[in-house]
Amino acid sequence: MVDKPNLFYIIPDLQLSIMICVGIEGTAHTIGVGIVDGTGKKCNVLSNIIKIYRPKQGGIHPREAANHHASYVADLIKESAEKAQVDFADIDLISFSKGPGMGPCLRTAATAARALSLSLDKPIMGVNHCVAHLEIGRGTLDDCKDPVLLYTSGANTQITAFAEGKYRVFGETLDIGIGNCLDKFGRNMGMEFPCGPKIEELARKGKKYLKLPYSIKGMDVAFSGLLTSAEQYHKKGESLEDICYSMQETTFAALTEVTERAMAHTEKNEVLLGGGVASNKRLRNMVQTMAKERDAHFFAPSTDLCIDNGAMIAWLGLLMYNSGIRMKVEDSFIDQRFRTDMVDVSWRD
Amino acid sequence: MTEKTILYRGAEAEICLSNYMGFKAVQKKRVRKAYRIKDIDDRLISFRTKEEVKLITGARRQGVSVPIIYDVDLEDGTITMEYIEGKRVKDILNELSEGERARICEKIGENIAKLHNNDIIHGDLTTSNMMLFYDHIYFIDFGLGEKNGEVESKGVDLHVLMEAIESTHSRHANCFDYVLDGYKKELKEDANLVVKKIEEIVKRGRYR
Repeated sequence: MVDKPNLFYIIPDLQLSIMICVGIEGTAHTIGVGIVDGTGKKCNVLSNIIKIYRPKQGGIHPREAANHHASYVADLIKESAEKAQVDFADIDLISFSKGPGMGPCLRTAATAARALSLSLDKPIMGVNHCVAHLEIGRGTLDDCKDPVLLYTSGANTQITAFAEGKYRVFGETLDIGIGNCLDKFGRNMGMEFPCGPKIEELARKGKKYLKLPYSIKGMDVAFSGLLTSAEQYHKKGESLEDICYSMQETTFAALTEVTERAMAHTEKNEVLLGGGVASNKRLRNMVQTMAKERDAHFFAPSTDLCIDNGAMIAWLGLLMYNSGIRMKVEDSFIDQRFRTDMVDVSWRD
Repeated sequence: MTEKTILYRGAEAEICLSNYMGFKAVQKKRVRKAYRIKDIDDRLISFRTKEEVKLITGARRQGVSVPIIYDVDLEDGTITMEYIEGKRVKDILNELSEGERARICEKIGENIAKLHNNDIIHGDLTTSNMMLFYDHIYFIDFGLGEKNGEVESKGVDLHVLMEAIESTHSRHANCFDYVLDGYKKELKEDANLVVKKIEEIVKRGRYR
């Protein structure tokens, strides 16, 4: 465990719950601003606008991404408020993605949040991006109460679930995220970022299964060997369709398997998807089939709430604030290595 | 064998109560998964069944308590083996006294070292895969195991246990230190290499 000073403090006597929260997301390629209303028990998304930085070549350049975010964030805030039909005076809380993510991107979002917080004289809350992916599912989907989350995005691939006061990481990638694996392969094949959708399309036409390494260690997975192997198939002249098909079938089977293992281990019967790769229909289908086979419930938020977005950041901020957690502006710095299991989940029983 | 009682439905296999020539037995059957294609399903089921049997018999030869194998069917993915009475370590570990917990954990560590001395990697060292019976730690479910002598594999093997202890027995996270104490005692090669490896693996993880 990493020793970090406790930046949150808890107010023992709860005042009136706050209702309207604006969330600013900026961990990687997406800058997003969302506004949610928590008047009911559920999360009501009033607006949720994103803008994605797309590098002309190569992967994400952190500084370029941050510049992109800086040039759009102010407009996005305005646009988001207009779309939500919320007056700035009605906003109760400003929430932002504290981490994990790329430093320059995080700092841009946090700076915007601080400026907004100080100018509106409203409290601020830095939240964990990975936890937000889980909470938005619980917040917006009926009957989704205590799920195992399969969170698959470019950088992150982890299986988390609530246990003993925290969202514990039961399994995660030992090397690269699944999205990164697909993107890197796609990029080397000349596809445009993000490559996932194109790979999914090609995979649908694939017929022949090419044997790829299937790497599971306990509940952890690894994809770098598979990536190399897939690229070698391409050099050998195998068709792109067959390679994409085999990559998807192998990696998604491994992800579905570790998710099922985590469900068996934690004895939970709900599974929730999150992250950009969760919009892949084949992955959804596999996890859904797995859930059906073990009489478990399958949940997947709508695509705009699966990918990185501001609404999930807003919702988690609201949950935390209403459970009594407070953050001072001077303590609102970012944390690139903010792990999921560093958050004390005080808003759940 | 008559009708089957399912004892446990794991992620990849069903454990049924069975009978083998009058001995109380369990049958572990790897179930076909509709979510994955047949190529992958066939390959995983037969490969894992065969590997598991090899590892279990290998472990037994080293004096580590494991179920006795009675029968194997590779096509069907079924292993018939001895029924272990006793309790899952997962269920009892939190309830034990500090001293007793330390003793059990050291014992676990010693047994893991015995496995690693012979390059047997369990692959899924969690406290739900260990049973306590007459003061013996029985290791079950070698389904994700492999034969591998690399320090890396041994490190990963222990790292899985470390994570399992942190998540399932978070109030007694020092359990893993006791495991390492026992491990160091029994391991023939330099245990510090493995311990260093674990630290390296932890750092390799996301956001450490």
